[in-house]
Amino acid sequence: MKRMLAAATIAFIGFAATSAQSAETLKILTWKGYAPQELVDKFEKETGMKVELTYTNNEEMIAKLRATRGAGFDLAQPSQDRISSVQAEFKIYQPMDYSKINGDQIIGSMLDAVKKNTKVGDDSYGVPFCYGTSGLIVNKKLAPEANDYTALLDKTYEGRISYRLKRPTLIGLAFAMGDDPFAKYGDPTAYKALMDSVAGKMIEAKPYVKNYWSNGDALLEMVRSGEVTVAMGWDNGGWKLHGENPDIDFVAPKSGALGWIDTFAIPAKAKNIEGAYEWINFMLKPENAAVFTNAEKYATASKGAGEFLDKEVAGNITRSFTEADIDNIKWYPPVGADIEQLEGKILDTVKAAN
Amino acid sequence: MKNYFRLGLLIFLTPVLLWLVLLIVIPHIELLLMSLKGTDDYGNPAWTFSHYATFFNEKIYWYTFVRTAVYALATTFLTFLVTFPVAFYITKIVSKKFTGFLTILLLMPFWVSELVRVYGWMILLRESGVINHILISLGIINTPIEMLYNDVTMMMGLVYTSMLFMAVPLISSLEGMDDSLIEAAHDLGASPPTIFFKIIIPYASHGITSGAIVVFMLALGNYLTPTLMGGKNSLWFTEQIYNEFIASFNWNQGAAFGFLLLLLSSFIIWAGLKLTRQELGRALS
Repeated sequence: MKRMLAAATIAFIGFAATSAQSAETLKILTWKGYAPQELVDKFEKETGMKVELTYTNNEEMIAKLRATRGAGFDLAQPSQDRISSVQAEFKIYQPMDYSKINGDQIIGSMLDAVKKNTKVGDDSYGVPFCYGTSGLIVNKKLAPEANDYTALLDKTYEGRISYRLKRPTLIGLAFAMGDDPFAKYGDPTAYKALMDSVAGKMIEAKPYVKNYWSNGDALLEMVRSGEVTVAMGWDNGGWKLHGENPDIDFVAPKSGALGWIDTFAIPAKAKNIEGAYEWINFMLKPENAAVFTNAEKYATASKGAGEFLDKEVAGNITRSFTEADIDNIKWYPPVGADIEQLEGKILDTVKAAN
Repeated sequence: MKNYFRLGLLIFLTPVLLWLVLLIVIPHIELLLMSLKGTDDYGNPAWTFSHYATFFNEKIYWYTFVRTAVYALATTFLTFLVTFPVAFYITKIVSKKFTGFLTILLLMPFWVSELVRVYGWMILLRESGVINHILISLGIINTPIEMLYNDVTMMMGLVYTSMLFMAVPLISSLEGMDDSLIEAAHDLGASPPTIFFKIIIPYASHGITSGAIVVFMLALGNYLTPTLMGGKNSLWFTEQIYNEFIASFNWNQGAAFGFLLLLLSSFIIWAGLKLTRQELGRALS
């Protein structure tokens, strides 16, 4: 009996010790590149917390948090359009306490838009972190004519085309066909008809595709080596390559680049909530946000970061976007679960087609 | 005495039972329940077989499964063709003292993870990769050829990743074979093909069966190799399960697919054993 008691005490102390320790760590579920080492070191030095990073994407982020019902991480970084429907169904996040956020250092209109788009009931769940667009990454020497999503279906670039078999490709191609998929989010039947016709075109043009990329670094490597000349990708990837080879650049498609905003959201069962708020405020501080933007080329939601940016980075946007291109950016509205399920099946059909 | 025996049995059985129940039975029950849960017309939770019906009603799903199963069977057969000569050479032709050394050489590549090996192949085969570079510098071809992202490459990758699991049982069953059996057949005038089909194959049949079962299951359940090397045409059934869970958030459908994979692959193995008149217990012993 005595021995058992001792064992139980030791186990209890061990448990208490680990939970005390985990309050001092900050576990962040994020995208690759969203937490540069330089800033992690600085944050750890300022607060004494230990930062643990897990890299993922939107879909896996939701699946991971859903599996644990919102436990295991203190902070997540989903895209703003993927929060409200997921939150309504699975309740994996907790309401954001905006009084703890330093709103002065965030671009006002963007904060308001994210608050509105992540609202479920009376609460909102997101704070904007960075934004960017999906469009074309083009090797302009080898594919000078590629200026719209339709280039992804063009026989001219046979064997030199790559895109992600994910929803942005479907949506981009639907815009290029002159339709507005976002307007049809509320009408699944019409949306399915539109996406079926997009999928038909993709299957027809499938022989010209080199591969469907799933890893951003792998795509950049293929574009760098010249194996791929036209790809659908994120603007920052194109700009990174432009720094290495001026022939390659990001091109805003004629029918509109797709604009996304990635956010901070706090999982429902986060342990280190104070740490999460500290990290949010730390990352959006102008001088820190500029470090992130200079390294990763993503545009930041931090208001005063402009003066800390490198000159080339500031020039990226003006080079790729005219004034009209910026007005033409299609910002993702919140998407429902039924729409995503329908798209999943359509994408499977494309992948299976020969 | 009897009591001691029972206690001993209990002590040794407990870890096995814990392992089976906690890590295999309970998660599967959870999956089974999940696969049967759905919503009725009014959006209320209800029990349903609709997720299983989807598999048979939607052409794309069973098409993918049939494709996966056929390719996995082909992988099994090709793996046997590739590894049998190797196993035979190691056990019968080369001197006994090298057997262990050669087996280690065979195992060596499997000390690194499958992911690393697949990326290794990709570096070799890609358009700007090593093989294309050599062929061009030798003047054999003028423009690089894309060797990745087709079914042939994918099959090669699958055969490569599962070779070990065929080679080990083959080596162990051939090792136990007395050379004098072959010599006697030879003396009595049997031709090499007859010796092969009438003596060697029947003797090694247990090894072949257990190797084939393992390779088939590994190929069928593989996710990495088809996705990375097969590229744009390689919809594998496991990828579909992944998509249901991760991309469509439809866990119930994914669970149903998982169970169908379990049932259908068990059925294929059962049918294979019946056709070749093997018994599972003897093959695995």
